[in-house]
Amino acid sequence: MSSVAVSTTVNGDAVEVLCDTDETLLDVLRDRLDMTGTKEGCGTGDCGACSVMLDGRLVCSCLVLGVEAEGREVETIEGMAEGEKLHPLQQKFLEHAALQCGVCTPGFLVAAKALLEVNDDPSESEVRYWLAGNLCRCTGYDKIVRAVLDTAKDMRSA
Amino acid sequence: MRYETPETAKAAAKLLLGAKGPAKILAGGTDLLVQLRSGMKPPGLVVDIKHIPAMCAIKKERGGFRIGAAVPSAEMGEHAGLGKAWPGVVEAAGLIGSTQVQGRATVAGNLCNASPAADSVPAMVAAGAVARIVGPRKRRDIPVEKIATGPGKTSLKKGELVESIFLPKRPPRSGDAYLRFIPRTEMDIAAASAGVSLTLDRKGVCIDARVALGAVGPRVILVKRAAKALIGTRLEDVMGVLAEFGDALSDYQNICAAAARPIDDKRGTKEFRTHVVGVLARRAALIAYQRAGGK
Repeated sequence: MSSVAVSTTVNGDAVEVLCDTDETLLDVLRDRLDMTGTKEGCGTGDCGACSVMLDGRLVCSCLVLGVEAEGREVETIEGMAEGEKLHPLQQKFLEHAALQCGVCTPGFLVAAKALLEVNDDPSESEVRYWLAGNLCRCTGYDKIVRAVLDTAKDMRSA
Repeated sequence: MRYETPETAKAAAKLLLGAKGPAKILAGGTDLLVQLRSGMKPPGLVVDIKHIPAMCAIKKERGGFRIGAAVPSAEMGEHAGLGKAWPGVVEAAGLIGSTQVQGRATVAGNLCNASPAADSVPAMVAAGAVARIVGPRKRRDIPVEKIATGPGKTSLKKGELVESIFLPKRPPRSGDAYLRFIPRTEMDIAAASAGVSLTLDRKGVCIDARVALGAVGPRVILVKRAAKALIGTRLEDVMGVLAEFGDALSDYQNICAAAARPIDDKRGTKEFRTHVVGVLARRAALIAYQRAGGK
């Protein structure tokens, strides 16, 4: 009855999806498109587990309606690695053991990538403030912050 | 739930006016989607204003800035001219939620959500910001402090929506600042807050001021008496006298504290909020003073 056909782009691929008007982009990604890399934590924009890029801007997909994606570009964690080749951030998260249960990890990676795109040399404090909207209940954040700083350093010298 | 994406402000107003049941405006959605999630009955109509070009831009106008109602706070932070003219307003908008939330949240939405603790509102009230309201027939401009009438309530009539917020041209030697207290260091809602905007003469004497307090009453409080206490001074005079003599009547900080009408809740007690809002108002005034070029 209030289903709408939405044409959007996800990780560079044109996608057509039928969704209800009150469904969130998060639900559309996970339940309609089977892209379950984006996680649901709180569902109210507090935890950042559902972070995605929408037209180049970092957002919580739980705070976006699926229908809002019409004509726009969505980037998710699934688009981060190139085939088998991990993004430098993903590699550093592994090396630094910057994840434990892993539920927050896709959100952290998407958010950290967005940071490095606008600031290739962030201070520790800038990293912590940028990622303040991504909650992790396992790591205590330190390893995540170190992994991001280490990635930035490597990427600058690359 | 019907979802509409009008391309003009008038069309948006007409949709709202014609709605049979409850209708909601969708700008950044950082309040609306949370309300939907928390079990609010979905409104019959949601009007997404992000397809209205004029609402998606920050424009210079008569030396001031017009911020479209759909402009996310992140974009305000990236706008060099706006941040230079109104650093207090931009820093207040930059305190709302996380990076992710700022990618969506708008100051017009912050205003119309009408939370007494909205971060951008005291800063906008201090700035003398004017909201442009569009209705099905005409537009009208009203000061932002006239929008919220109480928690979650606004003076907007059926069929009306905020189209933009106008920050006027600033005289030379002006500055503004916003400070809030939160129990954490990020990602929290103000327990008390203060926005101050002021203008100095060539000698550094304050000749104009506006002081607005947040989270200490059902709506943001514009404290004219506090502004009067600043005008005609170099600020340190006022502050210094008070510290030494504790003269409650002439004390700017005490005037602000006395204007507060807070409630007790999980974020702070009445007593705490009353005290802290005075401290914040004082510190914000000093920052605004420095930004205006005062020493």
